Amino acid sequence: MSVATVADVPRPVAEVNAAGKFLFIAGTVLLCAWVLVPIYLLVVNTLSSPQEVSGFPKTAIPSFDFGSLQFFLGFAGVVRALWNSVVVAVLTMILSIGIGAPAGYALSRFEFPGKATFRMLVLMTRAFPLPLLALPLAVMFIRVGLDDTVLGLALVHTTLAIPFAVLITFSIFSGIPIELEEAAWTLGCNRLQAFQKVVLPLVLPGITASAIFAFTISWNEVFAASVLTVENRTLTAFLLQSLSVSPMHLKFAGGAALVLPALIFIFAVRKYLFAMWGIANR
Amino acid sequence: MPQRALPYLLLLPATLFLLVFFLYPFLQIAILAFSSPEGFTLKPFQTMTTHWKFGTTLWNTILLTAIIVPIQLVMALAMATIVTKLKTGRNAILYIFTIPLGLSDLAAGIIWLAIFEQSGFLNSVLVGLGIVERPVLFLGYQNLWVIFVAVILAEVWRATAIVMVILVSGMGLIPKEYYEAAEVFGAGPWKRFLKVTLPMLRPSLQTALILRTIAAFEVFAVVVALGGTTLPVLMGETFNWQFALNDRNVAAAYALVILAISIASTLFFLRVLRTPKGATI
Repeated sequence: MSVATVADVPRPVAEVNAAGKFLFIAGTVLLCAWVLVPIYLLVVNTLSSPQEVSGFPKTAIPSFDFGSLQFFLGFAGVVRALWNSVVVAVLTMILSIGIGAPAGYALSRFEFPGKATFRMLVLMTRAFPLPLLALPLAVMFIRVGLDDTVLGLALVHTTLAIPFAVLITFSIFSGIPIELEEAAWTLGCNRLQAFQKVVLPLVLPGITASAIFAFTISWNEVFAASVLTVENRTLTAFLLQSLSVSPMHLKFAGGAALVLPALIFIFAVRKYLFAMWGIANR
Repeated sequence: MPQRALPYLLLLPATLFLLVFFLYPFLQIAILAFSSPEGFTLKPFQTMTTHWKFGTTLWNTILLTAIIVPIQLVMALAMATIVTKLKTGRNAILYIFTIPLGLSDLAAGIIWLAIFEQSGFLNSVLVGLGIVERPVLFLGYQNLWVIFVAVILAEVWRATAIVMVILVSGMGLIPKEYYEAAEVFGAGPWKRFLKVTLPMLRPSLQTALILRTIAAFEVFAVVVALGGTTLPVLMGETFNWQFALNDRNVAAAYALVILAISIASTLFFLRVLRTPKGATI
């Protein structure tokens, strides 16, 4: 009797829901593991002694030995490469926002002939493999004395970052109602004052986010950096150049040095990633 | 008067910058690829195409792209759907999913090297489980297909995040009423995905596919980190001709090949995934 009542309950639906829910959670967990486990393994290798890194078999828990990291930081040229990477990335950040943000503002606030052409120029850059620019620019830089300088590399990285800077700042400025600015004008502000007092405070977080994004683009770029620098290598160029000769623990510590700032940057800009892309699609 | 000139003044720096550092160098590449000390020539292209590595290089690059991009599209759609469905922990999951977005291809290559190298984690697991007796040399020229698989894994791992971010923001723009209407007419979750989400996602899919395909043609550091020069790809050969073989003209010819397939694929996606007129949200 009781068996029959249990069978009468519409169990299948509940089961299907439960199975779907289980699949959903399992899929989510799996995808998270897919992203996190490789990074964790790099961390394990970085926090192991050089002997452990080349030893076999590997363990899943690091021994928290800082030998590899010490070796990496003490290796000739590493500290300089790190410094160069930071300088190039900061220059890229300043240049791309300084040049890109005014353009983004103009695109969001004005209707004028030539607007479509400019947008086309910016969008066109996306269809080109930009790091290849470094090849002819290497020659041009020798002529003007910018070869093997952080500034020269920063200029190329700025070209990579400008399309993003323009589109992102465009979407950020578009998110601020023009009525706010107009209100400031009627209250006696001129255009510049209205911008400074009303628009700037509102867009500052977004602009910071896109600046950090520009920093990350430069920090991660490998090809142009390897083409354009010889003595003044950035970290990526240094690591790429020494890949075939350097010991494993140097590679892994170097990889970790590349990854750590990136983790922080993405965390810092996570709120803006979607706002950036939502409108950049249009 | 200053009011009329203002937008142009604001655009001036960006325009000048792009002219000097974008259009001019590309003209230079085109000129380099067709020039020799004697003037116009097709010689760089002849040198490039008759070199024994060229066919393999082009094939490897296109094959890698053709495998990587579809996998990324499917995974990104799955991740984006998960993120939009999530109620609790959405921000944490979203952050985890977007982590690889900030990583360089070189870092991704090094990370997967830790797994695939001879004394790496994959071998440790395989030996630990007794599947193989001694660690296998995965990334040697004898196991070219393993290098291939490793590059695919590393690229899928690293660059799916950008596709997902674009798709998530695209999904956010689809009005909820469309789903409600579909539900009223009896469409299940799968049908709603096929008939509402995918068609409405067209502009985002287009952006994502164009960006990713171009980037996939530029695959470089991942391949160098995992396979050295064992697995030649276009960008690596460009680098090789520029430095190891010291022939800038052939390097420029390679660059033009990358450019040509990039533009071809962009036009392809622009055409195939164009939004019908009047169908925007």
